[in-house]
Amino acid sequence: MNGLEVVFIGLAVLTGASGLLAVTSFRVVHCALWLVVCLGSLAGVYLVLGAEIVALVQLLVYVGAVVVLVIFALMLTRAPIEASRRLDAGPGQRGAAALAGIGLTAVLAGTLVYAFGDSTVDVQSDRGSAESIGLAVFGGWVLPFELLSVLLLAALIAALAISRPTPTPTTPKTPTTSKTPTPTPATTTLPDREAR
Amino acid sequence: MIHLIGPAVLASALAGIGVYGLLARRNAVLVLIGAELLLNAANVLLVTASALPAGGLAAIPDPGEAPGEITDPLLSGQVMAIFVITIAAAEIGVALAIVLLLFRARQTADLTAVEELGEASPTYTENPTGAAEPAGAAQPAGAAQPAGGSS
Repeated sequence: MNGLEVVFIGLAVLTGASGLLAVTSFRVVHCALWLVVCLGSLAGVYLVLGAEIVALVQLLVYVGAVVVLVIFALMLTRAPIEASRRLDAGPGQRGAAALAGIGLTAVLAGTLVYAFGDSTVDVQSDRGSAESIGLAVFGGWVLPFELLSVLLLAALIAALAISRPTPTPTTPKTPTTSKTPTPTPATTTLPDREAR
Repeated sequence: MIHLIGPAVLASALAGIGVYGLLARRNAVLVLIGAELLLNAANVLLVTASALPAGGLAAIPDPGEAPGEITDPLLSGQVMAIFVITIAAAEIGVALAIVLLLFRARQTADLTAVEELGEASPTYTENPTGAAEPAGAAQPAGAAQPAGGSS
């Protein structure tokens, strides 16, 4: 066991523990913050595996954007800040979910450990550098990359179209409600802002 | 040198945790956290596969041999991981917009409270902006909004 593996095991334990806390915590804000820890330490795992750019993208997109979206959504849906038992399903469903999760983990880990066996790999950090990733993305992967940009545009438009307030038949009422700082305009305008 | 068992076990554990989060949570946003963990489990496996030589597991040299110099020039694992992160960002944007729409229509993000979608549901409101609702229903929700925004 060398230093790289020690760092990897530490980060993996941190990832697993914070992920487990993110799905079991009774406070919604704690869930989102444990998700930050989980995704951040996953970026460290990617660094150990020699994928710098993936680690950077993970930090930028996941920790920077997705978690902020999740926190926005938690606040816009007026999730309870204090500890709440209503975040989880009943004990029966939780037990079944735990069984499903443990079963999936056992099946996957068994298959993968059987497949990987005792094999080791040399981590080559130059394969995850910006130059090699850039050459790969704008070389062989350029068509999927462009398709992905179309997908992002479609998702942007879809999020805007979904979260737009539907025009109500009672038109005289809308100007009066939009001037007063009632919660209704806040919930109808903020989704547009965060979808951008 | 790093053993491949570590990333494999980490990916399986993350997948199991994600499935637990998907199944055991009731709040729609927290269900999405489980989905994110599942996507990250796939990412860990992709990045691990990218550390293998070009032929995959069969091309790993035996401990006595010299390491092979053949590498995959397309870096499929890492590029696919970046694509998965992008798709996850697009997915959560649309999914949270749907959750917000659900909250606006039903005043709740509790998935067990939403038993039926559409007009057959008892909590269906014709006017989701709340203009037609009685004032008593909208008032406590309004009082909770600054508390949610200030924390």
